[in-house]
Amino acid sequence: MSMEYQKILAKYADTPGGMLEAFHAIQEELSFLPEEAIIEASKVFGQPAIEAYGVAGFYSMFSTEPRGENIIRICESAPCHIAGASRVVASLEKELGISMGEITADGKFSLEFTQCVGQCQATPVITINGKPFYDVSPEAIPDILAEFR
Amino acid sequence: MAEEMRIVLRNYGKIDPFKLDDYLAVGGYDSLKAAREMDRFELIEEVRAANLRGRGGAGFNCGAKWSFAYQTEADQKYVVCNADEGEPGTYKDRLIMEGDPHSLLEGMAICGYAIGANKGYIYCRGEYPQAVNILKQAIAQAEEQGLLEDFSIEVRQGAGAYVCGEETALIESLEGKRGEPRIKPPYPPISGLWGKPTIVNNVETFANIPAILENGAAWFANIGTPFYPGTKIVTLTGDVVNKTFFEVPTDTTIREIIYDFGGGIKDGKEFKAVQIGGTSGAFIPAANLDSIIGFDHLVSIGACLGSGAVFVLDETRDLVDIAVQIAKFFSHESCGKCSPCREGTVRLQDLLDKINNNQGVAADLPLLNKLGKVMSYSCFCGLGQAAPIPMLTTLEHFPADYMAKIG
Ligand SMILES: Cc1cc2nc3c(=O)[nH]c(=O)nc-3n(C[C@H](O)[C@H](O)[C@H](O)COP(=O)(O)O)c2cc1C
Ligand code: SF4
Ligand code: FES
Repeated sequence: MSMEYQKILAKYADTPGGMLEAFHAIQEELSFLPEEAIIEASKVFGQPAIEAYGVAGFYSMFSTEPRGENIIRICESAPCHIAGASRVVASLEKELGISMGEITADGKFSLEFTQCVGQCQATPVITINGKPFYDVSPEAIPDILAEFR
Repeated sequence: MAEEMRIVLRNYGKIDPFKLDDYLAVGGYDSLKAAREMDRFELIEEVRAANLRGRGGAGFNCGAKWSFAYQTEADQKYVVCNADEGEPGTYKDRLIMEGDPHSLLEGMAICGYAIGANKGYIYCRGEYPQAVNILKQAIAQAEEQGLLEDFSIEVRQGAGAYVCGEETALIESLEGKRGEPRIKPPYPPISGLWGKPTIVNNVETFANIPAILENGAAWFANIGTPFYPGTKIVTLTGDVVNKTFFEVPTDTTIREIIYDFGGGIKDGKEFKAVQIGGTSGAFIPAANLDSIIGFDHLVSIGACLGSGAVFVLDETRDLVDIAVQIAKFFSHESCGKCSPCREGTVRLQDLLDKINNNQGVAADLPLLNKLGKVMSYSCFCGLGQAAPIPMLTTLEHFPADYMAKIG
């Protein structure tokens, strides 16, 4: 694992302001930002460690905790809210046996809230690993999940 | 019946975004060539005369902004495209980037020539991986054919922070830092990215530029309302028959948007309220449906065009419940830099939550009003200043929804 993020960080070392890009790339591989990676990033980008932690903590797409293999995000912005997002949440929680903000015991799925993901033509919307699913109904959840199980 | 007019979406759905040749076949990059034949000052004057005003929310004259960066002497200048598009209910910039990426690149390159910048960044929200992919391929194709000449464009991804749509927070984020807004002045055209003169424009603003140069400033200035000419992409959500997008001249009315383009209220219900400009926008009652969407007309009815999102609610909707959801958005997205917003957004959510749970008392309403007013003038940036607007406007126009929950 350590080799993984060191290689990635080295790739962005000469990119001005490249810390966000590097963090995205690390998360692509590891699903979250391990502490050693954040400290290493501060050295690579010549910043105090507190700055690198500050960046990791500021952005909602970055996580300093391990996450599931598949990240399910549910939009809770007003257009999705009135289209029935809370029923979709209930269905996901029931189907996966976890609550929002948790990871399944097998480490396969994380459930997270998000704000608008810009697919508001087809509310309510969820994304799985960044891929949007449109006009999601509570009944459609088992089929959608089957693809990732 | 009102009709669509496509300028920024002129190629949407007609060309393959992965094929540069498609764009070239419809006259793509001709405007850039023509711009490079022009004197820079005259080019900027042409854009100014078109009276194109920023489509990212603030409505500032685009040519005037460019002239500040043009006049500022520096060894390096930057062109930044604001593609952070975090305003709930909005997806217009995604449509442009995914459907016609080269019109954005061409607009940025024209700006680069005008102000004397050879480097551009597109700051695209992290939620749009498909747009990022399309943009990167488009840039590679344009660079391969030498169309951008010495102007280079790089795509950078945001990571889920609404405040990074604010131009100085966006610049901080591009520099690889926490996206906290900077104090203004200095404004970015004087001192922006890495302290250099920087133009930050919205995707839709840039996408207008090639069409303006192709057809002339006078053509553009005569479309829609003279004070905010051109078109606006509208993304329509909520309780309407057609949840969809369209591009209309800026003298189109709210009523036409909801009833002609949106097909009216769903399931035969009655209209109750409409929120324009995204989640930070004002809620507008039926009495104002005949206002046109042009920037200043909306300001005159206490609203703002913002991103062009239009969120419609039918008679059965409880506006307190919706205000709670919106308050939650702001307390989550507050960057925490200043206390009126960091604390205020949390208090706002608490108070609204309390009322929504039928535990409010009459004294909570003046308290909400006071909190909202204080936030609107004391918060450091537009996020905190706008956060109370949905509450203040629902309280003003729909007090019955609040009263029904207060014993
Ligand atoms: C909280 C906040 C969020 C904003 N979000 C965006 C955004 O997502 N996209 C955008 O273009 N402008 C956004 N803006 C406006 C920008 O600060 C800036 O005015 C705009 O990018 C200028 O481009 P324009 O002149 O082409 O409109 C936001 C402003 C604030 C205060
Ligand atoms: S108003 Fe809110 S978002 Fe803006 S600087 Fe203050 S805390 Fe940050
Ligand atoms: S409001 Fe949910 S995707 Fe935009």
